[in-house]
Amino acid sequence: MTHIKEMVVVSGKGGTGKTSITGALSFLLQDKVIADCDVDAANLHMILNLDEVLLTKEFFGGKKARIVPERCTHCGKCRDVCLYDAISEDFVIDLVSCEGCGACHFLCPAEAVDFDERLAGYCYICSTEDNGRFVFAEMLPGEENSGKLVAMVRNEAREEAKKMGHELILIDGPPGIGCPVISSLTGTHLAVIVTEPTPAGAHDLKRIVELTNHFQIKTAVVVNKSDINASYVEATRQLCKDNGLVYLGEIPYEPKITEAQKEAKTILDFAPQCVASGAIREIHTKLQSILEEL
Amino acid sequence: MSEVQYIYDKGLKAMEDMNIAFASGKGGTGKTTIAVNLAYFLACSKQKVQYLDCDVEEPNGHIFLKPTIDKSTPAKVMVPVIDQDKCTSCGECSSHCQFNALVTLPGNVLLFPELCHGCGLCVYICPEKAIRDGDRGIGLIEKGIATQDIDFIHGILNVGEPMAGPLIQEVKHHYKEHHVRIIDAPPGTSCPVVKTISDADVVVMVTEPTPFGLHDLKIAVSVAKNMEKPIGIVINRQNGEFPPLETYLLKNDLPVIMVLPEDREIARHYSMGDILLQALPLYIDRFMELAVNIGRLLGKTKTQVAR
Repeated sequence: MTHIKEMVVVSGKGGTGKTSITGALSFLLQDKVIADCDVDAANLHMILNLDEVLLTKEFFGGKKARIVPERCTHCGKCRDVCLYDAISEDFVIDLVSCEGCGACHFLCPAEAVDFDERLAGYCYICSTEDNGRFVFAEMLPGEENSGKLVAMVRNEAREEAKKMGHELILIDGPPGIGCPVISSLTGTHLAVIVTEPTPAGAHDLKRIVELTNHFQIKTAVVVNKSDINASYVEATRQLCKDNGLVYLGEIPYEPKITEAQKEAKTILDFAPQCVASGAIREIHTKLQSILEEL
Repeated sequence: MSEVQYIYDKGLKAMEDMNIAFASGKGGTGKTTIAVNLAYFLACSKQKVQYLDCDVEEPNGHIFLKPTIDKSTPAKVMVPVIDQDKCTSCGECSSHCQFNALVTLPGNVLLFPELCHGCGLCVYICPEKAIRDGDRGIGLIEKGIATQDIDFIHGILNVGEPMAGPLIQEVKHHYKEHHVRIIDAPPGTSCPVVKTISDADVVVMVTEPTPFGLHDLKIAVSVAKNMEKPIGIVINRQNGEFPPLETYLLKNDLPVIMVLPEDREIARHYSMGDILLQALPLYIDRFMELAVNIGRLLGKTKTQVAR
């Protein structure tokens, strides 16, 4: 059986260029399945050369409680047990506050609280023009359990990799360090952090590095928009040294990346000769040798 | 009093005791920059301002506002404590737990604290009364005073902790009366954002004129619309025209309440942790306009409520 390697691109801070760089790397990496785990706000599909959607799957995130007025005796038990203040004085459950724990449902003496699964999103499996597969998902606006949907995307991606005989899964992760990020990171083999040379970038980089250390995932760092502030680039290089992280290199600020996005292309497809594309090719070479050693 | 001054004063007045949330969908569009500078502008205009950073996974407001933190308290959530002597391994707790935080094995019950949502159902459901309330730290709440006497508060989620929601709620428990409350939301469109903007009087969506920015803006707007929030749009890093955004805004009747141009000087000062308005005062007019426009949006909601 082939050993599937999972590589995840994360950032801590949003807007550092994670998706643009994942897209560009996917252009260079061969025989892979791509997974977009930024299920809140998926963007990667907008710049990939996709063929068609092969399969759409429904995602059920969790249950939500609903009080049936005809059966409710207004005893107040549900309001006593709800720790989320989700039940109003006239016994209506606020879906935003409801965590879906079921306390009101299980403890209501009149059995007046329904507790049903809700459709919370969709997961799509697509084919790409280079005979790969791409899995992404959409949460319905405001729904919960994005961590669970990330797990679903990753599962589908692994299934596709097995079917196709591909040994690499390239994952575009969400920003932050919370639930969906943890779900994107656990059990992966390599984390690539895209950061930017600003105080906010540096602050968030430290926290995401702590997280990848916590899960003992081999970690590599890319500095995007590297010409904004040279002192932070140096600090990032030092941070990598001190923490035993691989420093993959720098990509200078490149307005063509936005232009490429407007043409629904990755930068490597749109402007293969620009400085940023060159930098990404170098990063890809380094990544390739790290992946071979894993 | 000039008409401009009148509208302006009225706008500021309308903001007192209001919750103004900044969201975006896509990360890195400039949410924090706009929120910080509006807070600074209002504070300079002699308003009482509170800045609440609800982006607890990666809080950044403090980098610019540089508060002196005078109080730091751990934030806790409830977790069950199981008395293994009383436990009969009946499995009632684990079969009811919706979050798979409890697993019943022969002879004992295992708790996975990071999966627990602290709902307390297991405490109620245990027939042997073998489970009681305990607590677990998920992060820190820090309070202090920032530049221009801005009342500052943020939550810092522990690294490795998935539960951002309860920490966001905790930040919001510190609302101060008679202040304009500026609330910085996390990126994305799911539960942490919903929790942050749930009691906002107006939601300012900061977007960038790119396909990614627009795509995520649409999702964020639909979340806020579902919650019946008045929405104002800030376009950041404007650089020429991006017709798809203009068409979308027009079609959905979304007012643009401020535009900031793509300006390398802004990026440079951002990269040094400066407050934009301190470094580049030429942008003060834009923030005055933003304040007036938010005041108008708030005025509108008030009339709607009155009707």
